[in-house]
Amino acid sequence: MRLFELGERSAQVHDVLVTLAELAERDDARAVLLESADDPALLKPYLNRLDLVVLRFPVFRDGRGFTQARELREYLRFSGEIRAEGHILPDQAAFLRRCGVDSVVLPKDGNGDPALWEKQLRQFPVAYQRSVLPERSVGPGLRVEEAS
Amino acid sequence: MSIPVGHYQYDRIDRDFLQARIAEFEGQVNRRLDGTLSEDEFKPLRLMNGLYLQLHAYMLRVAIPYGILDSRQLRKLGEIARRYDRDYGHFTTRQNIQFNWIRLEDTPAILRELAEVDMHAIQTSGNCIRNVTADEYAGAAADELVDPRVHAEILRQWSTLHPEFTFLPRKFKIAISGSPNDRVAARFHDIGILARPGEAGAPVFRIFVGGGLGRTPVIGEELFDSVREEHLLATLEAILRVYNAHGRRDNIYKARIKILVQAIGVEAYREAVEAELAQMDLERYRLTPEAVAAIRARFAVPLLEAPADADAVLAQQRRDDPLFDRWVRSNTHVHRDPGHIIATISLKPGGGIPGDATSAQIARLADLADAYSFGEIRITHLQNVVLGHVRKDRLRDLWLGLAEVGLAEANIGLIGDIVACPGLDYCALANARSIPIAQKLGARFADTALQAEIGALRINISGCINACGHHHAGHIGLLGVDKRGEEFFQLTVGGRAENGAAIGTILGAALPEDETVDAIARLVDCYLGRRESGETFLDTLTRLGHEPFREAAYETV
Repeated sequence: MRLFELGERSAQVHDVLVTLAELAERDDARAVLLESADDPALLKPYLNRLDLVVLRFPVFRDGRGFTQARELREYLRFSGEIRAEGHILPDQAAFLRRCGVDSVVLPKDGNGDPALWEKQLRQFPVAYQRSVLPERSVGPGLRVEEAS
Repeated sequence: MSIPVGHYQYDRIDRDFLQARIAEFEGQVNRRLDGTLSEDEFKPLRLMNGLYLQLHAYMLRVAIPYGILDSRQLRKLGEIARRYDRDYGHFTTRQNIQFNWIRLEDTPAILRELAEVDMHAIQTSGNCIRNVTADEYAGAAADELVDPRVHAEILRQWSTLHPEFTFLPRKFKIAISGSPNDRVAARFHDIGILARPGEAGAPVFRIFVGGGLGRTPVIGEELFDSVREEHLLATLEAILRVYNAHGRRDNIYKARIKILVQAIGVEAYREAVEAELAQMDLERYRLTPEAVAAIRARFAVPLLEAPADADAVLAQQRRDDPLFDRWVRSNTHVHRDPGHIIATISLKPGGGIPGDATSAQIARLADLADAYSFGEIRITHLQNVVLGHVRKDRLRDLWLGLAEVGLAEANIGLIGDIVACPGLDYCALANARSIPIAQKLGARFADTALQAEIGALRINISGCINACGHHHAGHIGLLGVDKRGEEFFQLTVGGRAENGAAIGTILGAALPEDETVDAIARLVDCYLGRRESGETFLDTLTRLGHEPFREAAYETV
C-alpha cells in the first residue's frame, strides 16, 4: 500500500481497521472504513477515539465520498485523518483535498503515479467556491485561494 | 477592451483558470492515448468538458452561460464552424452550441481558440452541475421583476469544478428567471429558480426541485418560497448534498433528483435540506452583497436612447409593409424601454433543420448585433436567437438585413418554430430521426400566413425516450420509437413548459413518419374548425378534451 499525502496532516498506518458495524465491539479500534453508502453521522459516538476514517470509493464516478468527507469535517468537526481508497483518479486530487481528505491510497495502475497527483494539486490557482480549507478571497467576487 | 453588455467580463484570473482547465484536459487526452486512462475512466472526464462520441464523429458542446454572448464570441463560433466543422453549428435547447463533426485531436486547439474569447465547454455534459440557463429576455423584457443574469453568473462560477458535486449520481440542470412569465421551463429542471424583488433591494428566490423530462417526466415541486440572497448558495449546497448522498446510483434511469424527490416526497426532502442547513456554517456559505455587487460591476448596461418618434416610425412602417408587420407580430416582444423592442430571430426556416446556423449566418448575426443591439446576442431554449435591445425605428433595417441571409422567418411561437433533438442522424441513443420529420412538418406549414392563422402552437420532437427534444412539454409532442426496425412516432398533446406547466398525454398508437405528418395536419384542421374566437390550440384542447383530436388524428382514409 502506497500512501500519498494531499495536505499537511501526515498519513498514519494503522494495524486495526474496522467497518462501521464492527466499531461498537472493538474498543481498541482507532481507524474505521466507511463504504460509500454509510452515513458518517453514525460515527458520532466514536469520534473521540478515532484517528483515521477511510472512505472507500467503489468507482471514481461515485461521488458520495466527497460529501462524507465534508460532513465529517463540517458537521462532526472530525480533526483526525481522512483517507480515500479504492477506485480514485489523480484528476480528483484537488476535489478530495478541498472536501477535507488528507491522504489517498495510490491506485496500483497508471493512475497511481505520484507525479500525476502532485500535478493535479497545483493545477488550479483559484477556486470559485468555498471549501473546508482555510481560504482567502482573490479580488472581489466568489474566487478564493488557499491561505497558507 | 470595453465591458460586454449582458454577460460577465473575464479578468486575468478567470483567463488563467480557463488555460489551466485546457491544460488539464489536454493531459487527460494524452493519458487516454498512452493508455494510462481506460476508456471507462476517460469518458466521464471528456464529457465534463463537453466532448461526446456520437454515431459518426466527436461532438463538442460549447457553453453559452445563461444563453448570452457578445459579437466577438459569436464570430469565433462561426470561425470554428468553418475551420473544424462542416461550416455550421447547432444551437441547443439549453442555450448552448454544439459542433457535430469534431476530431478528437483538434479539441485542445478548439478549446484554446474559444478561450481567446473567454469561452469554454466546461460542464456542458457529464454527471455534474450543467451550464446554467436563464430567461432569454433577461434585462430587457417589460414584464421582468429581477434581471436574473447576475445570479446566473454567480451560479456558473459557484458550480464550476465544484469539489463536492462533480461526481453526482446524474446530470444536474439549473434554470433561473426573474419574470412572472416563465420562459425557462423552471418546473422542468432539477432546480428551477424564480427571482423576485425582496426587501432592501436584494432579491428573494422561489426554488423548485425535482422537475425534469426524460423517461420519467415530472413537474418540479416548490421547495422554498422565499430564500434570501445571502442564503442562496447555502441552500443550493444543501439541496445538492442531500441528492449526492441519497440519489440512486444503481440505475442511471432512476438517478436524477426527481426520482429521489418522488420516492421520499417533497416534504421529507425539505426536512432533509433544512437538517443540512441547520448543521452548516452559514457564514461560510454566505453570498455577501459585496460579492454580488462585484460580479454585477462586470456587466455593462446598455445605454437605451431612442428618438421620441421611434414608436411612431415603427407603427408607420408596419402599416406600409404587411410582410414586415407579420414578422413584428410573431417575432418581437415588449421591451422595458418604450423606444426599444426585443427581436427574436428564427432558426427554423420552413423545411430547414431546427437550430442550425451556417458560419455565414453566424457572422452576419454578429454584425447585426453590433449594429442594432450593443453587440449582445442571446440563444433561446427554443433554439432561436434574440437581439435584446433594438431601437424601434431601426427594427425594419434589422429585418431587411436578416432577410439577406434567410433569417427573417416570421414564425416564433408558431407551428413552424419546431424544437427537435439531433436524433438518429447524429445521436447514438436515438431510435428515430428527428430532423427529417421536423423538416417535413416545417415544409407542410411553411406558409407564414397560415402559421399566423393557426396561432400559438409548439411542436417538440424527440428521437428517443430520453426526451432531449422535450416532447412531453410540447403542445404537440412527437416521440420517435423503433418498431421492428422502422421509425414510428408517438403523438402527445397538451404539454406545456410555460406557466401552468403540464406533461402531454399520449393520443394513441405510434404512426410512421409520413402518416404522422398527415395526422398533425388533421389535428390542426380539427382545431381550426372547432376553435372559438380568440382560442389557441391549447385553449380548444382544454375546452373540448382529447377525444375530438384523437378521432381526427387517427381518422383513416
